[in-house]
Amino acid sequence: MENIFVYCEITEEGHVADVSLQLLTKGRELSRQLGVELEAAALGKDMDQVAHQVRPYGVHKLHLADDDCLFPYTTLPHAAIIAGLCQQIKPQIALFGATPVGRDLAPRVASQLQCGLTADCTSLVIGDHHDKKSDTTYKNLLYQVRPAFGGNIIATIINPETRPQMATVREGVMKQEVADKPADMEINTLEVSDLTKAEHFLIDILDRHIEPKKVNITGSQIIISGGYGMGSKENFQLLYQLAEALGGEVAGSRAAVDAGFVEHDRQVGQTGVTVRPKLYIACGISGAVQHRAGMEQSAKIISINTDPGAPINNIADYAITGKVEEVIPKLIKYYKKHAK
Amino acid sequence: MSFRILVLVKQVPDTRNVGENAMKADGTVNRAALPAIFNPEDMNALEMALKVKDERDDAQVIVLTMGPSRAADVIRESLYRGADKGYLITDRKFAGSDTLATSYTLAAAARKLMPFNLLIAGRQAIDGDTAQVGPQVAEKLNLPQVTYAEELQDVSGASVIVKRRLDRGVETVKVDTPVVLTVHSSAEPCRPRNAKRLLSFKHARTVTELQNEVKDYTSLYNDRPYLEIEEWTADNLKVDDEWLGLSGSPTKVKKIENVVFKQKDSVQITGADEDLDKLMKDLVDSHVIG
Ligand SMILES: Cc1cc2nc3c(=O)[nH]c(=O)nc-3n(C[C@H](O)[C@H](O)[C@H](O)COP(=O)(O)OP(=O)(O)OC[C@H]3O[C@@H](n4cnc5c(N)ncnc54)[C@H](O)[C@@H]3O)c2cc1C
Ligand SMILES: Nc1ncnc2c1ncn2[C@@H]1O[C@H](COP(=O)(O)O)[C@@H](O)[C@H]1O
Repeated sequence: MENIFVYCEITEEGHVADVSLQLLTKGRELSRQLGVELEAAALGKDMDQVAHQVRPYGVHKLHLADDDCLFPYTTLPHAAIIAGLCQQIKPQIALFGATPVGRDLAPRVASQLQCGLTADCTSLVIGDHHDKKSDTTYKNLLYQVRPAFGGNIIATIINPETRPQMATVREGVMKQEVADKPADMEINTLEVSDLTKAEHFLIDILDRHIEPKKVNITGSQIIISGGYGMGSKENFQLLYQLAEALGGEVAGSRAAVDAGFVEHDRQVGQTGVTVRPKLYIACGISGAVQHRAGMEQSAKIISINTDPGAPINNIADYAITGKVEEVIPKLIKYYKKHAK
Repeated sequence: MSFRILVLVKQVPDTRNVGENAMKADGTVNRAALPAIFNPEDMNALEMALKVKDERDDAQVIVLTMGPSRAADVIRESLYRGADKGYLITDRKFAGSDTLATSYTLAAAARKLMPFNLLIAGRQAIDGDTAQVGPQVAEKLNLPQVTYAEELQDVSGASVIVKRRLDRGVETVKVDTPVVLTVHSSAEPCRPRNAKRLLSFKHARTVTELQNEVKDYTSLYNDRPYLEIEEWTADNLKVDDEWLGLSGSPTKVKKIENVVFKQKDSVQITGADEDLDKLMKDLVDSHVIG
């Protein structure tokens, strides 16, 4: 009762998704703060490895449903199991990844449980709330922080009355760290046939073509990111050269992705991934709020821009005024000169 | 029996083009400075419905929107592009609805329009980007949902085939109707206004709008009943007031802040050789790279 609950999404490759591991990390922190336990659920088929992947994150109890009918994901059986489980274990907080699966599942579950759900959170914090109208103080609510209005404002949302307090969270915005001393994890095997009914299997998957994830820029310590100012797909080659020299990954702004300079998997920002590398080099990127939202936590930021007044320069440690075509080859040259 | 399609469309502030003047000094959004537009993915949803009409003579497209009086604009826009009929769900009691209260209200309206074969929504509205209303309406109606629909491939029988757009691929599913679909932006864009329909529906109005007109159109509306955009309030729906608007919304906004980024004391450098030489040396020496 009153525990923290995390839905663990299973990827095409049969692993627990990174975003779920990030939520377990966050869930562990929240559960310590509130003095409660961390529970998780994973639904899929051939799940032998899942407990092993989840345990290091300090989960107290893992609810496991292993059945051929649960993979590939379809909405109704997953929603029935998760809603049923929540009614039974009554968590105070329930977290989902803001992935296509999480954003399909969480609203359905929230509607069934008649509780509030906040989409696409970028930060989760515990805090109190005083309602003036009813003069009531709520202790230890979950502050669900998210960008709103196209990223132009940041809203803090609370659910004072309903439980669980539900949120979806974007991949990459929370840290992913195993526990120092993981708890002893209890495994509860769910009886899929008890929790689902024939009417939950109305969707017939005829065909699927899902590409495995090719790039994962969130794992890289050095990111060379290009914007619309790169001018062309050909010029992006410069970024790959710099990335190769420095041992990093190439990323891009949405304008660069939309222009076809770089693939969507590499987009950084509010509608792309959030990164926090040691070094982020922004090349020909103006630094719109939606882009900065995905990279401002980088330890060091270098910008290369012809416009000294570009907003990206406000958050850059080094602002280089110049043309990318000229600056990048020089960076490669002088890096090679000094590299040990 | 005709093949009935309900489409959920929403009027939203254009958050994609937020200029400086759209933000008030206190960091909140000045909604008045943002033009109200037809939510982009709802346009894709409308097109998906209209396509069915191209294929089936018995198809009927009915648009539904919940919002203030001026939201009738998106219904007129839908009529210009090929929709058959529109309903405006409007009431002060709906003010402050979050996605749960919105879906409760929209589901009640949809129930009143039963039977239908498809209920199509956009994936998400750009004012909140939540993508929650579609699945929540589906749950409230106890119907299956197919999210991120990109193409309806077969609508000839009692089931439909839908192609879905996922992060890294596509999935094709078959499902019996009635079903709720939410439409992804990668689906076909909406056809333009049809000139003839624009002329026919230019004067389409809700009762409230008619009352505010200076000219008396009574005779026109008696002759052409199709010009009426039906208006439903909470009283027209089987709803419990407790679940509407602010009181029916479990989520509350505690705080709205301007986006502020930490300003850094940045080192300004030029693209000259000596500057870049020194920069790379510093970065290597401080172990940021290398
Ligand atoms: C809801 C919403 C979500 C969004 N999500 C994202 C997101 O996730 N990620 C994202 O990036 N954006 C996102 N955007 C878009 C964002 O608002 C900006 O449009 C986008 O980030 C701009 O990309 P850019 O900086 O590459 O292009 P521009 O703004 O066009 O900037 C190009 C820059 O290149 C410079 N330049 C030009 N030529 C050269 C040269 N030869 N050498 C050096 N510099 C040069 C210019 O001075 C300029 O500063 C979103 C927008 C909305 C409304
Ligand atoms: N007030 C509304 N009236 C009609 N449709 C709506 C309304 N709110 C949301 N929708 C539909 O639900 C979709 C998802 O909205 P949202 O959950 O707000 O992102 C939209 O694209 C619309 O199709």
